[in-house]
Amino acid sequence: MEFTRNSRQLLSKIATNDRHGENSPYFDGWKAYDSNPFHPTHNPHGVIQMGLAENQLCFDLIEKWILENPDASICTAEGIDKFKDIAIFQDYHGLKEFREGVAKFMRRVGGNRVKFDLNRIVMSGGATGANETVMFCLADPGDAFLVPSPYYAGFARDLRWRTRLDIVPVDCRSSNNFRITRAALEEAYEKARRSNINVKGVIIANPSNPLGTVLDKETMRSLVSFINDKNIHLVCDEIYAATVFSSPRFISIAEIIQDMDCNRDLIHIVYSLSKDMGFPGLRVGIVYSFNDDVMNCARKMSSFGLVSSQTQFFLASMLNDEEFVGNFLRESSKRLAKRHHVFTKGLERVGISSLKSNAGLFFWMDMRPLLKEQTVEAEIELWRVIINKVKLNVSPGSSFQCSEPGWFRVCFANMDDETVRVALERIRQFVLQGKEKDDVSDKSKHWKKQNLRLSFSSVRLYDESLMTPRMISPHSPIPHSPLVRART
Amino acid sequence: MVAMSKIATGNGHGENSPYFDGWKAYETNPFHPTDRPDGVIQMGLAENQLCFNFIKKWVVKHPEASLCSAQGVNKFKETALFQDYHGMPEFRQSVAKFMGKVRGDRVKFDPDRIVMSGGATGAHEMVAFCLADPGEAFLVPTPYYPGFDRDLRWRTGVELVPVVCESSNDFKITTNALETAYEKAKEANLRVKGLLITNPSNPLGTILDRETLKGIIEFINEKNIHLIGDEIYAATVFMEPEFVSISEILEEVECNRDLIHIVYSLSKDMGFPGFRVGIVYSYNDAVVSCARKMSSFGLVSTQTQHLIASMLSDDDFVDNFIMESKERLFRRHKYFTWSLSQVGIGSLKSNAGLFIWMDLRKLLKEKTFEAEMDLWQVIINEVKLNVSPGSSFHCNEPGWFRVCFANMDDQTMEVALLRIRTFMLEHNKAMVPRKLCSRSSLKLSFSRRQDDFMSQSIMSPHSPLPQSPLVQART
Repeated sequence: MEFTRNSRQLLSKIATNDRHGENSPYFDGWKAYDSNPFHPTHNPHGVIQMGLAENQLCFDLIEKWILENPDASICTAEGIDKFKDIAIFQDYHGLKEFREGVAKFMRRVGGNRVKFDLNRIVMSGGATGANETVMFCLADPGDAFLVPSPYYAGFARDLRWRTRLDIVPVDCRSSNNFRITRAALEEAYEKARRSNINVKGVIIANPSNPLGTVLDKETMRSLVSFINDKNIHLVCDEIYAATVFSSPRFISIAEIIQDMDCNRDLIHIVYSLSKDMGFPGLRVGIVYSFNDDVMNCARKMSSFGLVSSQTQFFLASMLNDEEFVGNFLRESSKRLAKRHHVFTKGLERVGISSLKSNAGLFFWMDMRPLLKEQTVEAEIELWRVIINKVKLNVSPGSSFQCSEPGWFRVCFANMDDETVRVALERIRQFVLQGKEKDDVSDKSKHWKKQNLRLSFSSVRLYDESLMTPRMISPHSPIPHSPLVRART
Repeated sequence: MVAMSKIATGNGHGENSPYFDGWKAYETNPFHPTDRPDGVIQMGLAENQLCFNFIKKWVVKHPEASLCSAQGVNKFKETALFQDYHGMPEFRQSVAKFMGKVRGDRVKFDPDRIVMSGGATGAHEMVAFCLADPGEAFLVPTPYYPGFDRDLRWRTGVELVPVVCESSNDFKITTNALETAYEKAKEANLRVKGLLITNPSNPLGTILDRETLKGIIEFINEKNIHLIGDEIYAATVFMEPEFVSISEILEEVECNRDLIHIVYSLSKDMGFPGFRVGIVYSYNDAVVSCARKMSSFGLVSTQTQHLIASMLSDDDFVDNFIMESKERLFRRHKYFTWSLSQVGIGSLKSNAGLFIWMDLRKLLKEKTFEAEMDLWQVIINEVKLNVSPGSSFHCNEPGWFRVCFANMDDQTMEVALLRIRTFMLEHNKAMVPRKLCSRSSLKLSFSRRQDDFMSQSIMSPHSPLPQSPLVQART
């Protein structure tokens, strides 16, 4: 018997291509963090993780509720009688109370301006699974979706990998605060058409990752109008809806279509509890479609990624506690607002600005003045400096397909107050040092006080640890790369 | 008209199969001992409900296994935030250990090869995505689980080619049958990428013997195609012969390990289908790596990972559970098959699974699938039992039905058996053994309850049992 050792030939194209997205140099920063993670006492000089969009600010409230509600668990003495029924419950419609709780939560988060039908709530394996499922329902291999840039890096995998679809970016610019203009949409659509690419829809994230902004009514209406004209779908990823911490308020697409002439069969919402509640591990993804056929199809597909009934039961209890939910949302907004304020003000004081934002677990930091030149290469160089010298893992704009170099997404809700202080201090030191040091090396340039342009030659003496550009093999173990986490 | 995908508008979801029709009858009129005593009894659902009191006892004794108890809540935050697709190390370690114990510790599983998925449903789809391109095919021995049509084909575009197995040799998977199927695929211009076996078998309830397994390994190596072993019923083997896993055979024969992949789950062995614990275990590094990336689409909730890790790392609990579960399944199976034989109904000799493969060929008006459907309608509407017709499992011979026995309590089982007995005596007297036709013996057999029955015989899962329970029957 002859054995072939070339197993890659035996695998599918999907298994052997790169469309899972994990080969991007984006993941280098994670390695730096993984090999040297910050800890206030054990490793105070380690890298601080600011590349992970997690919401860690309200666990005290949640833990308190848990202790006060032992019947929310099927494992406690109060809840054990439910254990069997829940453990055998595998109906893909999902527990009614769970759907009820989620619908109520979504309504609350939408400012109580629109009611969500609990019978339209369909489960999925996190928002990751939700986005993929929606694509499977709406488009065929080779079709494409328009996606305004900058956009979440995981879309490359979620929308394209196993579905075999394509992404056509819609270019958004800082000159108008990255607004999604009708002109930009039309341009992207035409570009696709000229290349014989069949555009099936548009997918937007509102609030935006990585921008942290919400779409205004006008933009949303323009979007709805655009997709109706072209008879293509609109998928709205609203997973950051409850992270809006100041005005203007969040407007769900569900609210917009209430007052507009629109073919509802084209409208679909993706939701999750990973960001709003801070539960990425629980894998609660939701597909909410206004199209009955899509809803039915997505529900059948949910078999591939249902929410654990144990978790459905727990969340049903929590989310149906309206008092708790009201309190949680208010408190969460407050804490996010405060954290955002501390960071953005702290940065402003040393001359670093960011895009004005009122939502999300991050802000969009403007480091363009610090770039050697307005190129992606310069951005990546600056990024390596930030990782290795400032010891912060932030995410470069290029990893979000931003068309303008120099922007960085900085997460602020995944750490405690002490770590925030340390991070801000490091940035402050870095910027001030940059201003003072002008005689470090032969090739050094002088700092201009007004212009915070950073000279890379002055940094070279300290750059032994600068990493050379390299691609990470798809088979090397990367314990904590961002795609290892289902979503960042 | 709004355009959706071809996947969405086609029938690939498989829900138009008659397998699901019986469900509708059940759902509109479900049996309940007091509220709805004339409702349809669900015998089409392969669930394991026999050990919950055992499990619940452990749960109540171990509050730290829950993130929501006072003892466990300090782990809540880190667990709720943990979304690493490698999975919690304790979870993988405990699942690997469990898989080993279920195979009598004759083989060890590597926790680093444990990859999560959305139930076995998600696991199968994931493996198909990793191994085959659209238009390529897997061979699948019939009869097989109807869900495969959806899980392996729907979104992947992969085809299934049946390997026809016959009742004449107890549905064994012969090399001949494999070769025939392979050739057939070639003729249809389908490139075969792998063979999927379910061992223990759903719907047969049988296990593959060593010889068959070796034959299969030889076949796939020779053709250089993958072998996917769905072993989700591994712990439901309640009686000899002992279960032999693919993982064991690998240690005994020459084989290209890059071709070998196991699908596992806790849905059947533990009775936890709601928890969505699916596992892909591949001996091929590239597949492990790819599947792990794909698992993002269906990870196990960390709340559940935490509970399972706690439970399955308790060696005493696991050892006792495996033994107790076997014992209860054995008793239920024995009683059920004996009771059926009392009214002349036979089934394929089986030693595993949560169901029996009931032989009603003699009840068919004619040897056709239409007649099978007619009989099935009668069973649902008159006898009021939801059972699954063999055609929905792609069985090549009409007259077989899968009947689940582990998803109900003793009381419901009695009602089901009474209905079957009544039906047989009223409509198929010719089939019923003579001694039961007289009134007096009818009374006796009706009074024969499970406890009486079980005390009569040597009821160990591991001792060889007489072929016919009638040897021990009382008149």
